[in-house]
Amino acid sequence: MTVPLTSRPRIKLPASAKVGDVIEIRTLFEHPMEPGFRRAPDGQPIPRDILARFHAQANGERVVQVDLRNATSANPYLVFHARIVGPTDFDFVWTHEDGRTASTAAHVAVK
Amino acid sequence: MSEYPNGAPLSLDRRDMLVAAAVGFVASIIPLAKATTSDDVDAAIRDLIGNATPRDGGISLQVPETAENGAVVPVTVVVDSPMTAEHHVRAIHLIATRNPTPGIASFRLSPASGKAEVAMRIRLAEKQTLLVFAEHSDGTVNRAAVEIKVSVGGCLT
Repeated sequence: MTVPLTSRPRIKLPASAKVGDVIEIRTLFEHPMEPGFRRAPDGQPIPRDILARFHAQANGERVVQVDLRNATSANPYLVFHARIVGPTDFDFVWTHEDGRTASTAAHVAVK
Repeated sequence: MSEYPNGAPLSLDRRDMLVAAAVGFVASIIPLAKATTSDDVDAAIRDLIGNATPRDGGISLQVPETAENGAVVPVTVVVDSPMTAEHHVRAIHLIATRNPTPGIASFRLSPASGKAEVAMRIRLAEKQTLLVFAEHSDGTVNRAAVEIKVSVGGCLT
């Protein structure tokens, strides 16, 4: 039984920036990232349950894609950057190994 | 009297120190020859960077010297790159050398990233060397390695 992707994705980025600025974006998604080789205290194996990919786009163009593997900590916390060239609509998508996705969006205005 | 009265001119210690000094991260970076690489780790590296020959340097790593909790080890990677259309970092790969499996994560960047700096939290089962590879748009690959001690392992608990 895998955990439903019901976490509210958390994104931290500035509401506005100047053209040419490089902004920092922090993201966190609550998920156990269970690698599938651990055992519960009762000895039962804990089934694999892993987010495989995170994807950030700015106005439809790729900013970063992260392939997540076994040694990504639970509740994946990812920090990266984006260069602002104008008003920007960001889309953030987390994709489970089984194909399910969760997403959120944010807007950065230009000062 | 020392066992080698004139000093051992090519002792490992001295050579390692020179390599580390050349890389520029004397305190924390492990020279190439000393990093643990099992077949699994080698295969994982080849999967990610193909047959490229990585060069040490060009990457700075911020990690704790000792991770109290191996389940949540903060790592920041900064790669030296202008991040223009002509010259940018295409990917940053993180590899664990003594975990049950070597894969940690790969960041695929683009000029729109603006800056080749990323951070995340990783799991480490025990004291080990973290390997980081940066693939540049011209096909070259840089490499950095750092040893991290782990108080409580974070993979099987």
